[in-house]
Amino acid sequence: METSAQNTADISHLVAQYKAVPGGLLPLLHAIQTELGYVPDTTVPAIAAGLNLSRAEVHGVISFYHDFKTQPVGRNTVQICRAEACQSMGSRLLEAHAKETLGIDYHETTTDGSITLEAVYCLGNCACSPSVRINDDVFARVDQDRFDELVANVRGVGVKK
Amino acid sequence: MKFYIPQDTTALALGAESVARALQAAGVAPVRNGSRGMFWLEPLLEVETEQSRIAFGPVSSKDIPSILDALETEASSHDLYLGPVDQIAYLASQQRLTYVRAGLGDPVCLDNYQTLNGFKGLKNALTLTGQQIVDQVKDSGLRGRGGAAFPAGIKWQTVLNCNSEQKYIVCNADEGDSGTFADRLVMEADPYQLIEGMCIAGLAVGAAQGYIYLRSEYPVAHKLLNIAIERAVEANFLGDNIQGSGKTFHLEVRLGAGAYICGEETSLLESLEGKRGMVRAKPPLPAIEGLFGKPTVVNNVLTLAAISTILEQGAETYQNFGMGRSRGTLAIQLAGNIKRGGLIELAFGVTLREVIEDYGQGTYSGRPIRAIQVGGPLGAFLPESQWDTPMDYEAFAAIKAMIGHGGIVVFDDTADMAAQARFAMEFCVVESCGKCTPCRIGSVRGVEVIDRIVANEDRDNNLILLHDLCDTMELGSLCAMGGMTPFPVRSALTHFMNDFTGEGKGDN
Repeated sequence: METSAQNTADISHLVAQYKAVPGGLLPLLHAIQTELGYVPDTTVPAIAAGLNLSRAEVHGVISFYHDFKTQPVGRNTVQICRAEACQSMGSRLLEAHAKETLGIDYHETTTDGSITLEAVYCLGNCACSPSVRINDDVFARVDQDRFDELVANVRGVGVKK
Repeated sequence: MKFYIPQDTTALALGAESVARALQAAGVAPVRNGSRGMFWLEPLLEVETEQSRIAFGPVSSKDIPSILDALETEASSHDLYLGPVDQIAYLASQQRLTYVRAGLGDPVCLDNYQTLNGFKGLKNALTLTGQQIVDQVKDSGLRGRGGAAFPAGIKWQTVLNCNSEQKYIVCNADEGDSGTFADRLVMEADPYQLIEGMCIAGLAVGAAQGYIYLRSEYPVAHKLLNIAIERAVEANFLGDNIQGSGKTFHLEVRLGAGAYICGEETSLLESLEGKRGMVRAKPPLPAIEGLFGKPTVVNNVLTLAAISTILEQGAETYQNFGMGRSRGTLAIQLAGNIKRGGLIELAFGVTLREVIEDYGQGTYSGRPIRAIQVGGPLGAFLPESQWDTPMDYEAFAAIKAMIGHGGIVVFDDTADMAAQARFAMEFCVVESCGKCTPCRIGSVRGVEVIDRIVANEDRDNNLILLHDLCDTMELGSLCAMGGMTPFPVRSALTHFMNDFTGEGKGDN
C-alpha cells in the first residue's frame, strides 16, 4: 500500500483553482481528497503556500475534521451510524458485528484493502434505522444479515444488492 | 398514466433505485420525485391516473409486474394499494406549509415549482423595500427553526441596520442532530423553496452573497441543490439583475467535513472561512460581525424555507398557526424505534403523545415505549409522565427539555438509559471543538464518572460529583454543545435512576 510519505502527487491545478476563493481551504481539501482518496502530508506545503497560510494552520484544519484522511483508505468506506435513533434500533449490536466480521476497529482498513470502517453520527435516515453508508449510498434498516450482504456486494463476491 | 418513484435518501436507502429500474424494464419511465415524508411507506410508488393520484407502498422491484397488472384491471385489489395519496390519513391530517410541494414532482423542475406557486414570494419581495420585508418577517412571528428559536425578524433587522457594503446570508444546513431529517427533505424534495427564501433574505437585508453550509453526510441533497442553483441562475432567479429588478444575489453550496459542532452558528462561520470549526465567543453577534467579519444572517434551512411561504401568503396567514409565542408550523421528525416514522408538519401545540400514538402508532419493535428524546443529542429523555407536554418552545423549556430542531427519537423498554447518558458525554468528547474547558474536559470526566456510578464505585459521592460536573458544563461552556450535554444526562438520572444502579426498570 502506498503511504502518505511516498505520495508525490501534483495538486497545483487544484490549488490554483481554489486559492482566490474566499474560505477556499475546505473546498480545496475536499477536491484533493476526491482526486487522491486522502490528503497526503506531502501536499500540505503546497496548500499552505498557495493559500498564504502556515503549514500549522493547514494541518490544524485537516486534523479538526473527521472527513479528512491523511493516510490511504480502503477501496470502499463503510460508515455505521452511531447516533441515538440508530441506537434505539440496535446499532450497538450492528457495530459489534461489523467489527468482528471485518476483523477491524473504527478508522481501520481490512487486510485486503477493500473496506475502511468509520463511525458516523447521523445520516438523516432516522425514520428507518439502523443506517449504514457505503461510499455515497445510504442503506436503511440494516440488520446483521443485511450488513454481511452489503459488504459481500462491495467486495465483489457476487451477492446482489 | 404517470409514475412517480422518489430519489430521496431514505427512499433510495430502502431500494427505490431498483424499483425505478424495474419500471424502466417494463417500459415505464417514472418521474423521480421527492419524498412525501411518509418514510414508513417508502419506497412509495405513485401513479397518476385520469381519476386521481394513487399510491402503493412500500414497494420492491419484484412487486412491479403485479402492480402493473393490477393497474390494467382493478388497482385497489393489490395488497400494497394505499388509495389516493392525499387521502392517506398520515398526510391528510397534516398542516403543510413548508412541505406542501414535497413529493409532488421532480424537485429540480423549475416549471413544476412555479406551477405550484414557487417564486411568488420572491416576486412579491421584489416590489417591497428591505424594511417592508423585514417587517413582514417580524409580523409572522417566525422564530429560528435550528433550535435556538430566536425571532428571525429581529435578527434580520440587526443586519439591515448595519452599514456595510458587504453582507452575507448563510444557511445552516448542517443538520447533525440524530432523529432529524427535515432540512434534508426540503433540500431533496423542494430545493427551490430554500433558494427563494435565501434570495428574499438577501433582498431584505442588502446582502448579495449567500452560502449554504451543507453537511457532507447528505450527498443526494448536495447534488440536487447544485442542479437547482444552476437552473435558478439560468432562469435569472439568482445572479445579477434578478428578474430585471437591478438586485443581485449569488448563492453557493459549501460542504462541511463531518464535524457536528459546525452546526453551531459561529463554528459554522469559522468553517466557511476555511478554518477549524472553533466556536466564537459572543458578542460580537454574527448579525454584526459574522462571516469574514461582515454582518451576516445565519438561519436554518426551515427558517429560510418558511420565508418563501410568508412572503407568498402573507405574515398574517403564517401567524395564524401555532400557540403562544410559537407561531407557524413545526416540522416534527418522528424517528428511532417507531412503527410509522416520518415528517409531520403541524402547527405548534400538538402534544408529544398525539404524535407518537396517532402518527407513530407505537414502536417498530412492538414493545412498550420507555423514553423519548426530543431535540437531538442535547435534548432531555422524557418519561411517560411528560408526554402530554404540548410541542411549544416555552412548554418544553419549562420541563428542562427542548424542541430544538423538532426531532423525536423513540426508545423501547430494552433501552439502557445509563448507557444513553454515557453516550451523551461520549458524543461530546468526540465532537467538542475543544475551545472551552468545561466541554472539552468535562465530557471526558463525565464518561468516567458515569462508569464509576454504574460500577458502584463510591456511588453516592460520584453522583454528587456528576451533578456538580453538569453544573459546571451548563454554566461554564461557551455554546450549547457543552452547555446542554448535561440535559440528557440529568434527565436520565432523574427519571431512570434504576438503570444506573441495576435495580430493574421501575421508572420515576
